[in-house]
Amino acid sequence: MPNLFNTVWDRHTVGTLASGQTQLFIGLHLIHEVTSPQAFEMLRARDLEVMYPQRTFATVDHIIPTDNQARPFADGLAEQMMSAIEKNCDEFGITLFGLDDERQGIVHTVGPEQGLTQPGLTVACGDSHTSTHGAFGAIAFGIGTSQVAHVLATQTLAMNKPQVRRVEVNGDLAAGVFAKDVILYIIRQLGVKGGIGFAYEFAGEVFDRMSMEERMTVCNMSIEGGARCGYVNPDETTIEYLRGRPFVPPGDDFETAAAGWRSLASGPDATYDDEVCFLAGAIEPTVTWGINPAQSVGISEPIPPVSEFPAEEQTGVQEALEYMSLEAGKRIWGQKIDVAFIGSCTNGRISDLREAAKIAEGNHVASGVKAIVVPGSQQILRQAESEGLHEVFQAAGFEWRAAGCSMCLAMNPDKLQGREVCASSSNRNFKGRQGSPTGRTLLMSPAMVAAAAIAGAVTDVREMLSPVSV
Amino acid sequence: MTQITQITGTGIPLLLDDIDTDRIIPARYLRCVSFDGIGEHAFRDDREQHEAHPFDHPQHQEASILVVGRNFGCGSSREHAPQSLLRWGVRAIVGESFAEIFFGNCTAIGLPCVTAERSALDALANMIAADPPLEINVDLQADEVRYADTVVPVEMAASARDALVSGQWDFLSQLLDNADAIHETAARLPNLSSTV
Repeated sequence: MPNLFNTVWDRHTVGTLASGQTQLFIGLHLIHEVTSPQAFEMLRARDLEVMYPQRTFATVDHIIPTDNQARPFADGLAEQMMSAIEKNCDEFGITLFGLDDERQGIVHTVGPEQGLTQPGLTVACGDSHTSTHGAFGAIAFGIGTSQVAHVLATQTLAMNKPQVRRVEVNGDLAAGVFAKDVILYIIRQLGVKGGIGFAYEFAGEVFDRMSMEERMTVCNMSIEGGARCGYVNPDETTIEYLRGRPFVPPGDDFETAAAGWRSLASGPDATYDDEVCFLAGAIEPTVTWGINPAQSVGISEPIPPVSEFPAEEQTGVQEALEYMSLEAGKRIWGQKIDVAFIGSCTNGRISDLREAAKIAEGNHVASGVKAIVVPGSQQILRQAESEGLHEVFQAAGFEWRAAGCSMCLAMNPDKLQGREVCASSSNRNFKGRQGSPTGRTLLMSPAMVAAAAIAGAVTDVREMLSPVSV
Repeated sequence: MTQITQITGTGIPLLLDDIDTDRIIPARYLRCVSFDGIGEHAFRDDREQHEAHPFDHPQHQEASILVVGRNFGCGSSREHAPQSLLRWGVRAIVGESFAEIFFGNCTAIGLPCVTAERSALDALANMIAADPPLEINVDLQADEVRYADTVVPVEMAASARDALVSGQWDFLSQLLDNADAIHETAARLPNLSSTV
């Protein structure tokens, strides 16, 4: 029996190309200011139009300053990119959620928020974290700029069909263990290239119980495990999240659509190319110690000795430890931090801010630590402010910023300096990722980042949770 | 488009694993609206931190065949990464394995990525280091990399190889050819329509 991936793929297949690749129709195309300007130039060079402008939506996120947003931006290059997307969307008839639009935010936050991301769609965007949208039971993947031009001009892509691996996690997550810890654990187990050639179907009790925001965190980081695409089957959680959002079908049509969405889910007889299974009870709050997202440990564990890694990885592990100035055999617990960053397409949603605020409330950021909170979208910013979360953060010494990608990738003024160590709720701990060529990133859940900000060092958030009365 | 069957040139060894696209082109050099001039920023931060970086080695400045390790090009989907390598002068990449989006981006711009056994890559990298002017031939039709009297069997996804060898790597033209089938597919799928 087909799984969801195969069903959606077949439904969007236009035909087979001479190369043997599938010509795949893209139901929803999202663009942003960084990877689209050259694509529009490619269209102009060939005198092409956008074939389905109503299927492409644009937002601005990567280069947006999160403090002073006055135009023109202080960074002339950023201003040039901003002007380019405004001009391109205007000229080609594409809806743009610009800075002055209350729907603006990180591309992978606003698609779901607006109800654009729906089960059974194919979704493409010139950004590897497009896998986020798979949380809705969509087939969503990142593409390069030439492919952005392909989608603009033809609404299709030339694709090789991946295999499908079911990744099951069963059992109960302990208090203080979040979706971020689950995906970091999976990547640690399967490796950063374990998913190459696969789409991941995340299934089992843990994902069944997760909210849509938690599922988005998991699917977001599929690509960090090498899988271009990751998804969760649509269920009542998915449908209730979408109900009433601006771009879903109105009225009774929504129920019709919802029935269709339910029918897409992989059934009990669905077959897979591979299946793996993990136990939730094995997952602790997890922190990366290295320079790729698989190099992580549970907070109570020591960094494993180099000799415990496969021979082929040992050089890389040694390089990572040297870059990070960390020692094998020691715990990451207690590692001093300079910066704390809460935000990004991985963990910049309202539930992330609520969890972080619970830790921040009544505490204060440690002396010498710079801590910033960056909502994923203007809508999340307004929601957080209506709940008073910004006041909780500010009282605790966190800076409260405007929506954008911020310090996840440092294409904007938010950057690490020198050898700073950053506790970060983002998705990549690559060398130089956060803007300083020698900067050091420790990936963890937003609650763990808040805890580290307050302690001034990596700590175990479970020790800061309010005791639950029984 | 040009048929890409054989690439002949000197090599540049960078036999490291899990090189992500942030390393290939740091994000601050993505602040641009054209790919022009992006070649000079290839491996910019790594080069500034390592004086002996291969991309700065005087004897590799004319090199066109890059030799890499495992999972090359992982991370961000930025096409700026292969574009910067292409503009620097790289015309083919030989590695143990490639990240998927990077591989697709390379194919779309006519930059072949072929895979070989690690032991063969070690030997090739050592040969290049010992003899930088060594001529290397990447033969996509024969699935071989040849240098001196050595023949290394290589692999490449058939769809990508066929596209490059036949000159059909301009996927945009092929996709456009099927406009009728595209419209038929669109017609049977739901629209995206706002209720507001």
